[in-house]
Amino acid sequence: MPFNLLETRDLIAFYGDFQALFGIDFQIEPGETIAVIGSNGAGKSTFLKSLVGLVRTKAETVSFDGQAIWGKPAYRIIAQGISLVPEGRRLFPSLTVEENLSIGAYSRRKGPWNLDAVYAVFPVLKEKRILPGTALSGGQQQMVALGRALMANPKLLLCDEISLGLAPIVIREIYEQLERITANETTVILVEQDVKQAMAVADRVYCFREGRVVLEGRPSDLGREQITKAYFGV
Amino acid sequence: MNETIRVERSSRASRLFAVFGFLLVGLLVAAPFFGNRSVLYLLVEIFVYIALASLWNLLAGYTGLVSIGQQAFVGLGGYSLFALTIFTGMPPVLAVLLAGPIAALFAIPTGFVVFRFKGAYFAIGSWVVAEVYRLTFAQVSVLGGGSGTSLPVEIVQHIANSRSERDSVIYWTGLAIAVGVLAAIYLILRSRWGLALTAIRDSEAAAESVGVDNYRTKFLIYFLTAGATGCIGALISLQKLRISPDAAFSVNDWTAFVIFIVVIGGIGRMEGPLIGTILFFILREFFADLGSWYLMFLGLFAIVMMLIMPKGIAGWLVERFDLQIFPLGRRIILPQDKTTSLSQFRTPATSKKTSPSKPNDD
Amino acid sequence: MDLAAALLDGVLLGGLYALFAAGLSLIFGVMRLVNIAHGDLILLSAFVALAVTTYFRIHPLLSLLLVVPLMAVLGYGLQRVVFNRTLGNDILPPLLVSFGLSVFLQNALLQIFRADSQRLHAGPLETWHIDLPFGMTMGALPGLMFIVAILVIGGLQLLLYRTALGRALRAVSDDGQIAQLMGINNAHLYGVAMAISLAVVSVAGVFLGIRANFDPSIGPTRLIFAFEAIIIGGLGDLWGTLAGGVILGVAQTLGARINPGFQILAGHLVFLAILTVRPQGFFPRSR
Repeated sequence: MPFNLLETRDLIAFYGDFQALFGIDFQIEPGETIAVIGSNGAGKSTFLKSLVGLVRTKAETVSFDGQAIWGKPAYRIIAQGISLVPEGRRLFPSLTVEENLSIGAYSRRKGPWNLDAVYAVFPVLKEKRILPGTALSGGQQQMVALGRALMANPKLLLCDEISLGLAPIVIREIYEQLERITANETTVILVEQDVKQAMAVADRVYCFREGRVVLEGRPSDLGREQITKAYFGV
Repeated sequence: MNETIRVERSSRASRLFAVFGFLLVGLLVAAPFFGNRSVLYLLVEIFVYIALASLWNLLAGYTGLVSIGQQAFVGLGGYSLFALTIFTGMPPVLAVLLAGPIAALFAIPTGFVVFRFKGAYFAIGSWVVAEVYRLTFAQVSVLGGGSGTSLPVEIVQHIANSRSERDSVIYWTGLAIAVGVLAAIYLILRSRWGLALTAIRDSEAAAESVGVDNYRTKFLIYFLTAGATGCIGALISLQKLRISPDAAFSVNDWTAFVIFIVVIGGIGRMEGPLIGTILFFILREFFADLGSWYLMFLGLFAIVMMLIMPKGIAGWLVERFDLQIFPLGRRIILPQDKTTSLSQFRTPATSKKTSPSKPNDD
Repeated sequence: MDLAAALLDGVLLGGLYALFAAGLSLIFGVMRLVNIAHGDLILLSAFVALAVTTYFRIHPLLSLLLVVPLMAVLGYGLQRVVFNRTLGNDILPPLLVSFGLSVFLQNALLQIFRADSQRLHAGPLETWHIDLPFGMTMGALPGLMFIVAILVIGGLQLLLYRTALGRALRAVSDDGQIAQLMGINNAHLYGVAMAISLAVVSVAGVFLGIRANFDPSIGPTRLIFAFEAIIIGGLGDLWGTLAGGVILGVAQTLGARINPGFQILAGHLVFLAILTVRPQGFFPRSR
């Protein structure tokens, strides 16, 4: 019986009065990389935010590493080992690159990731470490955001649209690094608009539409037409 | 079968209240004929606070300008009255009315300065300006300087010949001002202007994008409110027959109490200041002898209200019972079903928006 | 050399105003909260110091050892129980709640301590003075106050820019939502910020009490001075706030030379003039 690192059953989420998720069933095993695809407004970002506690969930069924985490505040969930690379990078403008990375370690979880380890993966950040976070290019900021999330030594890494606004060559570089990083058994859920990229790195794929799961499976098992139908709902 | 969708502005409740309101005003007009001196005095105080609170509510609850400095215009109005009557011999009631435009004129440079601030800093800035006025008038010796002055006897007699006639004249002036202020506010809110204000309050950026000139609209409201406040200030000083900088520009009397009235009564609704004023005077009847305990209680009450009932009593009444006195919303009546009506779009300034960075204290 | 003495006085007074302002500036920076009760909390500190010095019969400066922690704990509690509930997009709740608190505090102090003028007595320190060149003298107390202001502001800067806590405070002020993603408990951190603010406030209160007579009603004016110092100096920079305090102090002492009753008004007028001509202040931090 495979052990699920994270499991949700019938997950519902609201923004105020607006319901964004209508009962998501989701499982991920340790070491897996799952891609969540879907068009804008499908609820992918909301899903990640609910996992990490930024959006209040109403179901009693989100469990992580055997423990129920629904309803817990975000800072507790981070401490338990889930990290989110937020959509749009969202670096802290008042902090330097190095400070942005260091604050990722606020929860002081033990693990292989520290400043040196991050600089080893992204050497360009070491050169620019005393610059304010926002003075870097889009791709470099994405590296900082990724590094910042890794500094928390998460068991589960969530990536929200890390390719957004980046040039294709930069996207490829980031995904290469991501594969290297996750090679050593970090479990990853990535939300991605770029379906091709998502399918290339994922062990499994979930497709969301209008707050529901409409398709799930291994990339090799899913045909292009199947995906298009699920994605657009035609 | 093509029945059109109707937009209804008043409900049965508000029509009932309108009838009741007319009767009440009629009664109040007749009050000098059967009320005694202290009753009339008290009623004028009530009119003053209803008007001041409604104006502050218009400024803060509808336009989003939280001012802790409206006492500046109360004082300016009072001193205008004294200056006009003493230096030009103008009839006092006329001077009361003229004090309004004078205060409004002062609002132009005042507004120009304070509008450089936003939000809470606007609040403190408005307070600083009020202090400047207070300290400046304390230096003006012709009007009594720091200790103030009384209204000269000739001018008092100019109001009316006998004392009871004077009381009546002041009373009716107060009633007229209060009714006038409420009517003006109601008309503004009911008009396109009212829509603009609601838009600004809900989202300044969105309002600008549909063509509302935020700065001008706000400034205009600030200007008009200042004028009305000045008028009221003149009336206050007329009733007291005396003026001094500390009394005329008192933060406690003309701002703190007003804020408490609006917060407890219900900010962002026209009914709020009315409910708040009544409650305030009832409390005052019973507790004012307790001096600082009373004020401590008011302060605590305001804090608790903001934390658990931010829309005040009026807001609670609307939410619980859908009860409104002033028909300011717009109900959409769908053709088939005469009983459905989508809720009015009134969203007062203190609607609890879920802000993500709100910490998790419960 | 009367003018020079007035100038020196003003500069040193600026230190006190900077102390008033530093706490206010910090919490505005971290959580966009403007605490209308700030001045009254300064007075509360002065009265607490009064109670402590009277009861324990110790020097006011020594009383800081007790007053500072007390006020810090109060600040933490106040933030977590009251102010945290008001934070959000709407500016009205924190404003009105702190206003209510201001009225409550003033009257509570009135009830407990009456309206009489009080003073904290600093003994010989009050009359010591240091001889300066050009025949000028500087009072030991004003000088000490100014040095303390510099130390406090320097300490706050160190805290903000060289410690992990300071880093967290800056992160929370940048983006409260993402700060949570770092594992930061915003509610707790806001409490810490308020605790620090009130710690600074208590130092300001003690010096206020030593320097001049005080009573429960003078709180709001201290808030206004703090506010003016911040605006003149420019938002966002604590050293700018020190400069703002100095400018305000000098404006006041020069005004007092013209006419003693003119002191506070002079400060207000200079403030308004600067605001009209240079609304961003002299040393705004460009973000």
